[in-house]
Amino acid sequence: MTVNTDMSVRVAAITQVADKVKRFRLVREDGQPMPVFSGGSHIVVGMREGAVLRRNPYSLMSAPGDTSGFEISVLRVEKSRGGSAFLHEKVKPGDRLTVSQPLNLFPVDQRGRKHLLMAGGIGITPFMAMMDQLDRNNRAFELHYAVRTRGHGAYWRELQGRYGEQRVKVYCDEENLFIPTQAILANQPLGTHLYVCGPAGMINGVLGQARGLGWPAQNLHAEEFLAPPLGKPFKAVLAKSGKTIEVAAHQSILEAAEAAGIDAPYLCRGGACGQCETNVTACTGTIEHNDHFLEPQDKASGRKIMICVSRIDGSQITLDL
Amino acid sequence: MLVQGIKSRPVYSGIKADPNAVRHLFVLEGEGALALLDQAATLGQDIRSKTEVLYASTGSKPREHGQKLAALDFHDYWEAPSVAVLLNRFGVMLGTAKMGIRIYISGTEGFIGQAVQMAIDHGIDHNSLMTEHRGSEARRVQCVHCKGITDNVRTSPFTCSHCGLPLLVRDHYSHRIGAFQGVNVDAEAPGTAPPPEELFP
Amino acid sequence: MSLTFKKETFRDDFSFRNSPASIRRFPFPFNEDKYMYAVNMEPHVPAGPPNHSYNKLIDVDEHFVAEMEDRAKVLKEDPLRYQALPHMMTAQWDTLELLMEQQAQGFPEHFSLDRDGDRWHWINRPMGIDRHFVFGDATTLPCEPFEFITRQAQGDFCIVDQRDGNLWMDAGMVTTQADWSLDFDVGMNFMEWHGPVPLAHQLGVFERALKFLLNLQQSKPVRRLNWTMTINPRLDTSPENYHKWGPDRATVTPENVGDKVHLRCELQSLWRLPRSNAILFVIRCYLIKMEELVTISKWARRFHRVLRDLPPELIDYKGLTRYRPVTVEWLSKFDDGAPTSPGIFPD
Repeated sequence: MTVNTDMSVRVAAITQVADKVKRFRLVREDGQPMPVFSGGSHIVVGMREGAVLRRNPYSLMSAPGDTSGFEISVLRVEKSRGGSAFLHEKVKPGDRLTVSQPLNLFPVDQRGRKHLLMAGGIGITPFMAMMDQLDRNNRAFELHYAVRTRGHGAYWRELQGRYGEQRVKVYCDEENLFIPTQAILANQPLGTHLYVCGPAGMINGVLGQARGLGWPAQNLHAEEFLAPPLGKPFKAVLAKSGKTIEVAAHQSILEAAEAAGIDAPYLCRGGACGQCETNVTACTGTIEHNDHFLEPQDKASGRKIMICVSRIDGSQITLDL
Repeated sequence: MLVQGIKSRPVYSGIKADPNAVRHLFVLEGEGALALLDQAATLGQDIRSKTEVLYASTGSKPREHGQKLAALDFHDYWEAPSVAVLLNRFGVMLGTAKMGIRIYISGTEGFIGQAVQMAIDHGIDHNSLMTEHRGSEARRVQCVHCKGITDNVRTSPFTCSHCGLPLLVRDHYSHRIGAFQGVNVDAEAPGTAPPPEELFP
Repeated sequence: MSLTFKKETFRDDFSFRNSPASIRRFPFPFNEDKYMYAVNMEPHVPAGPPNHSYNKLIDVDEHFVAEMEDRAKVLKEDPLRYQALPHMMTAQWDTLELLMEQQAQGFPEHFSLDRDGDRWHWINRPMGIDRHFVFGDATTLPCEPFEFITRQAQGDFCIVDQRDGNLWMDAGMVTTQADWSLDFDVGMNFMEWHGPVPLAHQLGVFERALKFLLNLQQSKPVRRLNWTMTINPRLDTSPENYHKWGPDRATVTPENVGDKVHLRCELQSLWRLPRSNAILFVIRCYLIKMEELVTISKWARRFHRVLRDLPPELIDYKGLTRYRPVTVEWLSKFDDGAPTSPGIFPD
C-alpha cells in the first residue's frame, strides 16, 4: 500500500534575488498549514508542462517553523534539462505545482558543540533554514559564504543583517577574497561539525583540507546538488513491468519510466537517499554511476543502479523494475 | 555457555597513528602501553614530536612499560598514579583541545570504556576514537538491578559487589556506561545459582 | 465514544481485567498459525473494525488512568526509566506536539489542545490536568517536555536520532517494557540495542529494517506488532526488577493458566519527527489473559498452534521455558483443529 502525501501548492510570489536566482514562495491550495521541517531538508517540486511532468528537488530555505508557506531558490542553469528553465521562464504567480513532504539528507548533528557552515553560491539555501533553527535553539554557528560577485550572491546582505558580521562572513571572487579554509579549520573547538554545500569542486576541496588537518569523518557533512547529468539516449527493458522504454539524452531512467506510467519508488531524486536502488540483470554498455549512495564494490559489480541520476553509455539495460 | 558474536560489543580495531592529525594523544593503561611501544619504532620524528602520552601502569607496574615510554622522545609523557587520576587529567585536556587532535586508547576493556565515555562527554563521536584491547579479558559489569559497577569480573555468575545478588554476565555491552550487563541468575528460583565459571581470564 | 476508565492495578493484587469490548479491540499479533521474525511493517493508517485499537494512530483505552498511575509509581521508585540525552531537546518538543495532537484529535471528549502561536493550552480531563505553556520554552512546564507528555500517554516511547547512516536511541520513557533496560541501552545504535535478539540478525531482518527506517518520511508513519508473554498482568517487567517478578514464572499451574498467563502484544509505531529529523518509536503494550483470549475462538486456535510450534531459540529468549508446556496443554482444549481465517481481526 502506498500513501500519497504530496501537496498541491500555488505560487504566491516570485522574486528575482540575484543574477539568475529567483525565489519562489509556495502556499497550500487547501489552506492547511505547511508541515514544519528540520533545517537542511529539501522537497521535490512537481511541474507539469503539457504532457511532461518534471520532478526536481530543491532545498527549503524558509524558516522551518513557518507553516504559512515554503520558499525555495532556483538557479537558472545553462545546460538546464528543463526544470530550472521552466521555473524561471514559464511559471507565474498563481500557477499550480505539487510538492512532496520535506526530506532531510543534510541534517545538523544535534550533538555538535559548534556548527561551521561553508556555502558556495546557490549552496546557501539549506543553510538559511539551518541557521534559523540553530539561532532559535541558541546553538553556536558560523557561516562562511563564497560568491562570485556581490551581485551573484543571493541573501548575503540579509544574513549579515540578521546574524551579524561576526557570524556571517562573505568572500567574493571578484574582489579576490576566498574562504581561508585552512586557517578556519585549524582552530575550531573539539566537537565542531563542518557542513559544506556548493559545487562539487568546493565540497571536495574543503573536505579534503579538513581530513588533512585530522578532522574525523564523523564531523564532516556535505550536500551536493546533483541534477541527473545529460548523456546519450538508450533503451531500458523493465523486466517486471514488461515494458521497453526509450531514455532520451535529457532524461533520467526514473523520468522515462514515470513518463511510461510506471510507479517507481523514489525520494530524493538526487542520488543520495538509496530509495530508487534497482537491480540490473543485463547491460550492453557501461553504467555511468552518478550517485553518492552505492558502495564502490556495488558500482563495480554492475548489478545495481540508482535510476534517478545514473544512466548508461551504450544501447540497452535490463532492470528489475 | 555464552553466545558468540556480541552485536553491542565495540570492535577494538587497533591503534594506528593518523598521519593527518595535528596532535596525537595516547591514553594508555597497563598492558595498553604495548599498543604504543610495539609501533614506536615505526613512528617518524614528525609524529613523535606531536605525541602526548598519558599512562597508568596499574597491575603492569612490575613490567616497567612506563620507563620504556618515558625513554622515547615524545612531546610529552606523564604517568598517573591511578586510572582515576589519569581520567581526570584526560578530561581537562579535552576541555581545551581543538579539532585535529586524534585520540588513541588502549588497555583493558573496562579502561577503554571509561576513557571513551570521557571523550563522548566532550563532544567526540566514539567512532572517531581509535581503541586497542590489551591485557586481561576481565569484564567491567554493571548490575542491572542496583546499577553498581564491578570491575575485573572473571567469572559468570559472580556476586555483585554492591547489592550482593548473584549475576549472570550477559553478552550485552553499553559503550556509554563502558560495561557489560549483569542480570540476577536465579531470580526465577532463588538459591539455585550455578557455581561460578571462569570465563574471562 | 466516551471511555470509562477502570480503577485497577498492574502489581500487588493485579486487579487488571479487560472488558468484553476491550478484548475485541486487542491487537492480536499473529496473522497466520505460525510465527517467525520478519520486517512486518505496514503504513500506520486507521484500520480494523469499529473501536479496534487500530482506529486511532495513538490509541487511548479503558486502562489509561490506571496505566498512568502505574507509570508514576515506577518513576518514583526508579527515575532512571526516563532519560534524554542533551541533544534531544528539539525531538522532545516534536514528540510533545505529536502526542498532544493525536490524543486531542482521536479522543476530543477527553483531551483538548488550543494553540495561539507558541502559547499552548492542553487539557487532559481523565487525569485532571489543565496546563498553559509556551511551546519551545521548557521552563513553562513542570518537567522536560518529553517526560511531561509521556506521563500522559499509554505505551513506552523511545526517540532515536538519525546520523551516520544509523539510528541512535538517545531518549526514552520506558516503564512497560518486555525485559530490556533503557538506562543500559541509551546511546546505542539500532544494531547494538537489538544485539541480544536471537535469529533475527542472521535472517538479515535488522539490516532491512534499518534501511527502511532511515528513509522513513514525514507524515507517513509505519507500524508493526511484536509479542511476548507475561505472568500476571504486570506492565513493569524490566530487567531492573527481574529479581522481583522472575519468581512469578514458577507459579503457573494447570489450574491458574487462564488467569495468570498473559499474551503481551506490542503495537509499535514509528514516526519521523519534523523539527529534529529524529524518529519516535512508540511501543504500546496490550495485555490479555488466556481466559480472555480464548473467548475469541480464532485466536484460541491460532495461539495454541503458534506457541506449540515456536522455535527453541525464541522460547528461551522470550523467557517462556518454564510455563510454555502447561500453557500449550491448557490451550489445546480450545483448538479443535479447524482452519483459521486470514488476518488478525476476530471473525
